[in-house]
Amino acid sequence: MKNASSPSIEKSGGGSKIHNTLVYVRQHWQLYVIFMLPAFLLTVIFRYLPMGGIMIAFTEYNPIRGFFASEWVGLDNFKRFLSSPDFMRYLVNTLKLSVFGLLWGFPAPILLAFLLNRILSTKTKQNLQLILYMPNFISVIVLCGIVRILLSPTGMINSLLGTGTNFMTMPEAFRTIYIASGIWQGAGWASIIYTAALSNASKELKEAAVIDGANIIQQIKAVEWPAIKDTVLIQFIMSVGNIMSVGFEKAYALQTDLNLNTSEIISTYVYKKGLLDGDYGFSTAVGLFNTVINVILLISMNALVKKMNEGKGI
Amino acid sequence: MKPKKKSEFAKYPAGDKTVLIIGYVILGLFIAAIIFPVVYIILASFIDPITLQNKGLTFDFSKWTLTAYERVLGNSQIWIGFKNALIYSVLFTILSVVVTLLAAYPMSRTDFKGRGFFNTIYVITMFFGGGLIPTYLLISNLHMLDTIWAILLPGAFSVWNMIIARTYYMGIPRDLQEAAEIDGANEMVYFFKILLPVCTPIIATIAMWQFVGMWNSYFDAMIYLNSASKQPLQLVLRSILVQNQPEPGMVSDMQSTAERAQLAELLKYATIIISSLPLMIMYPFFQKYFDNGIMAGAVKG
Repeated sequence: MKNASSPSIEKSGGGSKIHNTLVYVRQHWQLYVIFMLPAFLLTVIFRYLPMGGIMIAFTEYNPIRGFFASEWVGLDNFKRFLSSPDFMRYLVNTLKLSVFGLLWGFPAPILLAFLLNRILSTKTKQNLQLILYMPNFISVIVLCGIVRILLSPTGMINSLLGTGTNFMTMPEAFRTIYIASGIWQGAGWASIIYTAALSNASKELKEAAVIDGANIIQQIKAVEWPAIKDTVLIQFIMSVGNIMSVGFEKAYALQTDLNLNTSEIISTYVYKKGLLDGDYGFSTAVGLFNTVINVILLISMNALVKKMNEGKGI
Repeated sequence: MKPKKKSEFAKYPAGDKTVLIIGYVILGLFIAAIIFPVVYIILASFIDPITLQNKGLTFDFSKWTLTAYERVLGNSQIWIGFKNALIYSVLFTILSVVVTLLAAYPMSRTDFKGRGFFNTIYVITMFFGGGLIPTYLLISNLHMLDTIWAILLPGAFSVWNMIIARTYYMGIPRDLQEAAEIDGANEMVYFFKILLPVCTPIIATIAMWQFVGMWNSYFDAMIYLNSASKQPLQLVLRSILVQNQPEPGMVSDMQSTAERAQLAELLKYATIIISSLPLMIMYPFFQKYFDNGIMAGAVKG
């Protein structure tokens, strides 16, 4: 991966830098026109043009009159959002969902990897992994459908408990449902990366530890944990950087009219305000607010990784 | 298998045995938590709606029925959903894999002029975007609302997959390229004849991701497509499973509201089974690409 030697053109010397570049581009025009152009065009059109559209956040946008005829309102949309009583609730809902999700969801795959690593027969281990990875391939809609029918007043959970509670209408149950179903679906799949790191743990080191009479807990401390420590750290930092980008799809599919108190998060609010109510300028402002916090988090986390990783960022 | 396992296990000292047993129990509970609901849903999908609501599961086979499957499979909207999902997923996978693999090639060459520029342009989009409304208005201004293009084009180039493919290309020994250059082969010949054939594992991995991702998503279809005839499976599922609105015709012959509600509940079980079946059948074939994808992503880290 690192041994790609570069047959560099620069060595040829002579002429200006621009001239060299032009010669290179002419010689390798296919790289630009055939290989790069499609991706570049898609990026410019579908990623960069909408960034220009962010200006809508500073207007009272009217889709019929268009951007230039819409009234410029400066920071009014932001003020309106930040001063509304709902703002705090949506922000707290978003943060709680992701922070608690991280606290519960992050250790789960690591634990699974340690457990799988201790399965004695390879065949059993592979079969268990096949089962553990399966939920990852279920769609968000089907997952939420499963959650809804299992938790319905006549569903599996209630018939096991002998009760008739409607969990989906309880605001206090939403986060538990969201996070637990997330672990159910994702923990197995997320454990792959740790299982791989564990299998790289030095065999000799482990055998030496066994001969020295180290018990399992000691082996984990001395051999296995050091083998996955870096992976854990990187994964953790990346998750923290993504804390504000809680997925829209699942939260929206688990919402009911009665649990909105805890289930309304910034991304679902942006969707409802913008596309359902047609309040384009306001909705864009709320979305931008979310993105900016996210970018700040990511940049600071990346700086942190760089510091710990001897200058190599993500 | 059992005696062998026992002897392996017997080697451990007593303290370790306790740790191992606790570990196996935790793992067993997790596995049970996955299998149990799945089995429950499969069984429940065959039970008469009234019995299911009042008593739950029963092994009195006189109360078993195929009515849920008949009604779901007899509904045309489900089939339209399947057909659309298949069309969108196949086309999206092809488009996305082609664009991504092509772009990754120049990015993998250290002599490529403009590498830094393109890299910056692409990486920025991983962290920053215009957001929902500006993107929606763009699609609308391009007259792509309610067309297949709104589903296929915006996500076709995946920067993340490009990075994975680029990392993989860079792991291919350079000798191959030098040999090709001596033979007078140009970029195209080298890329298609020499590089791609040795990259099949990573191509399959990326293709699998894009296919599963498109098959399972609903957000873009929900905001961009209005016509019932263009809805992919996930949107049809959403109205049955989440919005509690079975397709017209699935329950309309029932007399009372209560009967309709019971039947609608039962239909959910059958719908979940029917809709998950195709991916679950393909699932074991995906298996050999799992580690590939994850490892390729990890290398980059």
